[in-house]
Amino acid sequence: MIELKDINKTYNNGQPLHVLKGIDLNIEQGEFVSIMGASGSGKSTLLNILGILDNYDSGTYHLNGTLIKNLTEKQAAAYRNRMIGFIFQSFNLISFKTAVENVELPLFYQGVPRRKRHELAMQYLEKLGLRDWAQHYPNEMSGGQKQRVAIARALITHPQIILADEPTGALDSKTSKEVMALLKELNRTEKITMVIVTHDSGVAAQTDRRIHISDGLIVND
Amino acid sequence: MKDLFVEIWESVRRNKLRTCLTGLAVSWGIFMLIVLLGAGNGLLNAFSEQGGTFATNSMMVGGGWTSKPYDGLAQGRRIVLDDKDIEVTRGKNFKGIVDKVASTVGASDTVVLGTKHVRGYIEGNFPARMEMEKIPLTHGRFINDKDITDQRKVVVLPDNMIRILFGEKVDLASVIGKRVKINNLQFQIVGIVRANEMQDNNLFYAPYTTVKTIYAKGKEIDDLTFTFHGLETEEENEAFEKNFKAIINKLHRAAPDDESAIWIWNRFTQNMQMNKASGILTIALWVLGIFTLLGGIVGVSNIMLITVKERTHEFGIRKAIGAAPGDISKLIITESIVITAFFGYIGMVLGMVACEILDATAGHNVTEVMGMQMQLLKNPTVGVDVALEATLLLIIAGTIAGFFPARKATKVRPIEALNAN
Repeated sequence: MIELKDINKTYNNGQPLHVLKGIDLNIEQGEFVSIMGASGSGKSTLLNILGILDNYDSGTYHLNGTLIKNLTEKQAAAYRNRMIGFIFQSFNLISFKTAVENVELPLFYQGVPRRKRHELAMQYLEKLGLRDWAQHYPNEMSGGQKQRVAIARALITHPQIILADEPTGALDSKTSKEVMALLKELNRTEKITMVIVTHDSGVAAQTDRRIHISDGLIVND
Repeated sequence: MKDLFVEIWESVRRNKLRTCLTGLAVSWGIFMLIVLLGAGNGLLNAFSEQGGTFATNSMMVGGGWTSKPYDGLAQGRRIVLDDKDIEVTRGKNFKGIVDKVASTVGASDTVVLGTKHVRGYIEGNFPARMEMEKIPLTHGRFINDKDITDQRKVVVLPDNMIRILFGEKVDLASVIGKRVKINNLQFQIVGIVRANEMQDNNLFYAPYTTVKTIYAKGKEIDDLTFTFHGLETEEENEAFEKNFKAIINKLHRAAPDDESAIWIWNRFTQNMQMNKASGILTIALWVLGIFTLLGGIVGVSNIMLITVKERTHEFGIRKAIGAAPGDISKLIITESIVITAFFGYIGMVLGMVACEILDATAGHNVTEVMGMQMQLLKNPTVGVDVALEATLLLIIAGTIAGFFPARKATKVRPIEALNAN
């Protein structure tokens, strides 16, 4: 599913910063993986490259057999839209849109008709127990609810992988557990590949495979 | 499409005051453009009303004074046109260009009715002159061919002279057929024209042959007018006039290149120049209006830049979940066009209302300038064509206003946009 070979990435902000120093990584379909590392270790950069939000300098990245390299913004957007679902620490919901409108948005960019995408979004919200909250705005919801809206938004396009960046980072411990349980269940029942970046070993412990990154290299898999 | 407008409404709704203030500048710009063009139209309409009283494909020719010695004669000699000139103008020299030729002779005289009398200028005319000079006949008829051949004593008087003779409240139509005395001869009134307010020399018309005989004018004529065709450019007209002068000058023993021996009033080139002048005026008004509008456009562009900056994070989210750069720029440019067009239309409607008010007030004011009755503005409004052009202008303006902000929004990489706050 995910094939990384010798990925290198250097940031050039004033002085060059070599963030990823040759990452080799294979993640199979249906895996439940966590990537751990201290801040500055390069784990977020790796996640951004996996999510086609950022490009890399050398090496190869194959996603589901497609080489992801030198894409135009338009192509990258299309791949992100169809193959990848994102879950962020700060939820990244659009504040002036209701829960259901937020969930609909990826389908809007696929050109799905309004009625159809509304129907689908309602199904996903129901699945995540948020049916009654569909017409609420993000600031009217709790952190756990917001993250579940975000998960619904990530799921609605049937992505091959879900990339989660500290999905529980802004949640209390009880809600964290619920969200992790939800992700685990989605992995088990829907067979969605799940990659979670975290520095919380408690979160990592719930995944099937733990990858440790330190100073731009994988040190422990 | 509906989704796009829902998005735009969501964005505008969050910044009502800001959007309205900026929109006001656009409204003002379009308002000024419409009012300027309306007033300009009024001015041009008033001009052409006053200047457009003759056939535009005609020239009037009259005698002048020589400006150089020639053929043994000194300069400063008066040239009087005569029958020979009519013949030559009609003749083979100008075949294919000159169509109809009509000449006039005239004299100052008094029209008498009982104890009432009014001084005026009796002008002997051919029937063709009515068309050439656009003589504004209101009642009866003009001179006809039979009047010419029979040397009938008939007269066409302006309404102001009729009122002096028959009283202020006279029914003009009832005057036709009545007789007046001119030069101690009975003349029958056959037609009435609208008096020319620009000149108060009480010009009235009688058959050419009649006037010539009564006032013993011999071969001499006052002026001659002819219609023509086939001279399309100013250069062609100039060349024709030069040639015409050379030929007529020779008949009067004046130098062929003498510019002032005879004068030519070419209504065609005059009209051409007037059209050119009005074209320049219209362009100048558009430029003024567009510059006024420019302030509004810069405002909209500015607001869109701020909006883009504020929404960077949101655009980052959209990009992460699959919005292509085109989706984002479409959003911004459409928002810009909608704001510009919406407020522009308000300005346009207000501008048109202002034009109507102008029409209802100043549009009917007749001002007296140096003893002449003048209407400064006539129908100072704009047509559908201007409204359509202004609409097109607004859409272009909106696109331009949205273009740079949109480019800025699409240039930010998704990861930077997501991290922005």
